[in-house]
Amino acid sequence: MNPTIQTLLLIQGVLVGLLTLAGLLVWVERRLLALWQDRLGPNRCGPGGILIFVADGIKMFTKEDWIPPGSDKPVFVMAPAIIVVTALIAFTIIPLAPGVSILDLNIGILFFLALSSMGIYSTVLGGWASNNKYSLLGGLRMSAQMFSYEVFMGLSLMGVVILSGSLNLHDIVKAQSGMWFVVPQFLGFLIFLFAGLAETHRLPFDMPEAESELIAGYHTEYSSMKFGMFFVGEYVGVTLISAIIVTLFFGGWQGPLLPPVVWFFLKTMCFILFFILLRAAIPRPRFDQLLAWGWKFVLPVALLNLIATGAIALARGN
Amino acid sequence: MFSMLKTLWLVFKHAFHKRVTIQYPEEKAYLAPRYRGRIVLTRDPDGGERCVACYLCAVVCPVDCIALDSAEDRHGRRYPSTFRINFSRCIYCGFCEEACPTYAIQLVPDVEMAEYNRQDMVYEKEHLLINGQGKYHGYNYYKVAGLAIGGKAKGEAENETPPVDPKSLF
Repeated sequence: MNPTIQTLLLIQGVLVGLLTLAGLLVWVERRLLALWQDRLGPNRCGPGGILIFVADGIKMFTKEDWIPPGSDKPVFVMAPAIIVVTALIAFTIIPLAPGVSILDLNIGILFFLALSSMGIYSTVLGGWASNNKYSLLGGLRMSAQMFSYEVFMGLSLMGVVILSGSLNLHDIVKAQSGMWFVVPQFLGFLIFLFAGLAETHRLPFDMPEAESELIAGYHTEYSSMKFGMFFVGEYVGVTLISAIIVTLFFGGWQGPLLPPVVWFFLKTMCFILFFILLRAAIPRPRFDQLLAWGWKFVLPVALLNLIATGAIALARGN
Repeated sequence: MFSMLKTLWLVFKHAFHKRVTIQYPEEKAYLAPRYRGRIVLTRDPDGGERCVACYLCAVVCPVDCIALDSAEDRHGRRYPSTFRINFSRCIYCGFCEEACPTYAIQLVPDVEMAEYNRQDMVYEKEHLLINGQGKYHGYNYYKVAGLAIGGKAKGEAENETPPVDPKSLF
C-alpha cells in the first residue's frame, strides 16, 4: 500500500480510537469509582450502561454555549482546544507496535515533554480569560504546579535515556527487550508518575479545579462543548501519560503470545485504571504541601536518581 | 507513603464488597409500617367513614394542603362532603394524623406518587378514601364516644354506663 495512505489511515485510526476511548473512559471511570465505593454506577443506558457517554455527549452538545461578558473572547474560545490538540499531537510519537507510529522522531521524549507543557497553557489561559476570580486562582495554581512538576518530569526520564542511549521511543522500547526499565529506574518511574498526575491535574493533584475550594477552578465559566473539550482533553491526557509510562518503563508493546498492539493497549488500560484508583482512594493535599513536597523532596530525589544512574552507566562503560 | 499504599489497597478491596445500591424500579426499598407516605382516609370496622369533619387536620397542616367541607347525614353523624389534599404541597409531616381524634386520616408507606400533570397531584375524597381500617384496627369512634346520634342514645357506648338522672337523688 502507498505509505502516505498508510499514514493517513493510521492517523485516522489513532484519532477515532483515542476520542472514542476518551468518551468510554467517562463511563469506565464512573463505573469504577462506584465499584470502589460499594455502589453500582451508571448501568441503565445500553449494556452495562456503556452508552452513558453518548447521552452525556448529547447533553453537552445541546447545552447553551455561553461566553461570559468581560471575558477575553478569542483566548476563552481557544483555551479548550489547546488541551485536546496538544494531547492528540503528542500521541503521534507513541509506538503502538514494532515500527508503527505516526511519527518516528529521533527526539521523541523531548517532543512529548514540549507538547505536554503546551497543554498546561490551556488551563492557564482558560483561567485567565474567564474574568472570574475562581478561574484565575485555578489558572495560577496550574502555573505554579507546572513550574514545580515540569522540572523533575524531564529529569525523571533522563535515567531511561541514559540506559537506552536514545531519545527515540522506538529505540527505548527495543532496549527493554531484556528487562523493563521499571526495575533499574523504579525511582524514575515513581517520580514520573507523580509528575504525570500533576500534569494531567487528576486527583489527588487536581488543585486547579478543587471543587471544594474553587467551584470548578479554571473551567468554572465554561459550558456546553467547551467544557466537554476540557474533559476530553483530560481523558486523552490521562491516556497519553499512561501510554508514555508503558512505553518508557514497562516495555511498550513487548509481551508474549498476544499481538503487540493488544499488549500495548492492555498495559495502558492498567495504568488508566490505576489513575482512577488513585482518584478513588487518595484525598487532595493542601496546595502548599503539594509544592513543598515537589521542590523539597521529589526534585532532590530525581537529581540523585539521575546522578546515580549516570555514575553506574559510566562505571559500566556503556 | 506507606499509609497511602495501604489506602489504595483498602479501597481496591472494596471492589469485592456487597453493593449498597437498591435498583429502584425492580427492587423496592423497605418502608417501615409506620412510614409517613401517601395520606388515606380510613373506615371503621363497620364500613362507615371515620372522618367527622372536625377540621383539625386542616388547621394543623403547616402548608395548608388539606381542604374539606362538613355535612351531616340524617342520623346526625358528621362527615366530610368534600375532602381534598393537594399532594404537590404536602410535606408528609404527619401532623394531620396526630391531630385526628378519630384515626380517620392516616399516612401509609407509599412514596410512588409522581405524576406528569401537576393537577393530578390533587386528590379528591374518592381517591383518598380506602375500604380498610389502616393502622388502627377495631376502632370505631361513634362506638366509644358519649355522643347521642341516630341509632345510639346516651350511655349506650362501649365502657359507658347509662346516664344518671341527678334529680332522682333528691
